[in-house]
Amino acid sequence: MSDIIGYILIIIGILFDIFGCIGLVRFPDVYNRLQASTKCVTLGTILLLVGVAVISGLGPIASRAVICAVFIMITSPTAAHAIAKGAYAAGVELWENSVVDKYADHANKKDE
Amino acid sequence: MITIFYLALFACCFMCLYRIGRGPSAPDRTVAIDILGIVIVGFCAILSLETGKDFYLNVAMAWALLSFIGTIALAKFLEGRSFDE
Repeated sequence: MSDIIGYILIIIGILFDIFGCIGLVRFPDVYNRLQASTKCVTLGTILLLVGVAVISGLGPIASRAVICAVFIMITSPTAAHAIAKGAYAAGVELWENSVVDKYADHANKKDE
Repeated sequence: MITIFYLALFACCFMCLYRIGRGPSAPDRTVAIDILGIVIVGFCAILSLETGKDFYLNVAMAWALLSFIGTIALAKFLEGRSFDE
């Protein structure tokens, strides 16, 4: 029973990974790519690690997989935030059809 | 079953490598490097599930740490600041 649950979790996780990577290839600018790929791949890899932990049962593999999952859950949004701020500071343009840029007000206010 | 998982993760890795090669600006490449690191952590988990050995997950933990540090360093570099600030 736990095998079936674990394999279902792994398949869902790998589907999220693939969709995130397709977003990384297909989307038009840095910020779109960032928001598609980071969220999808983080959730997918956490589901994959939880699935591995469920299949292997209590033991060394499960404990390490859960530690990896918690670590990725903490670090991946931090890295994405840093990249977004760095990309804006490096002067990367938004996509031409972007609707709103609320960070511009904040960045200009900080300059004055 | 495991072979399908491997092939799917290989496809993810090659999509990330495509973006690292083609990406028009430096932040694109940084995003792709970050995503490649996270995909490889999942790859190590599948390897550990197939072989039943736990040291692949030690590799995964070290890889996640180093990938995070590298991404933060590249982001600071893009922002045009030194690493101490």
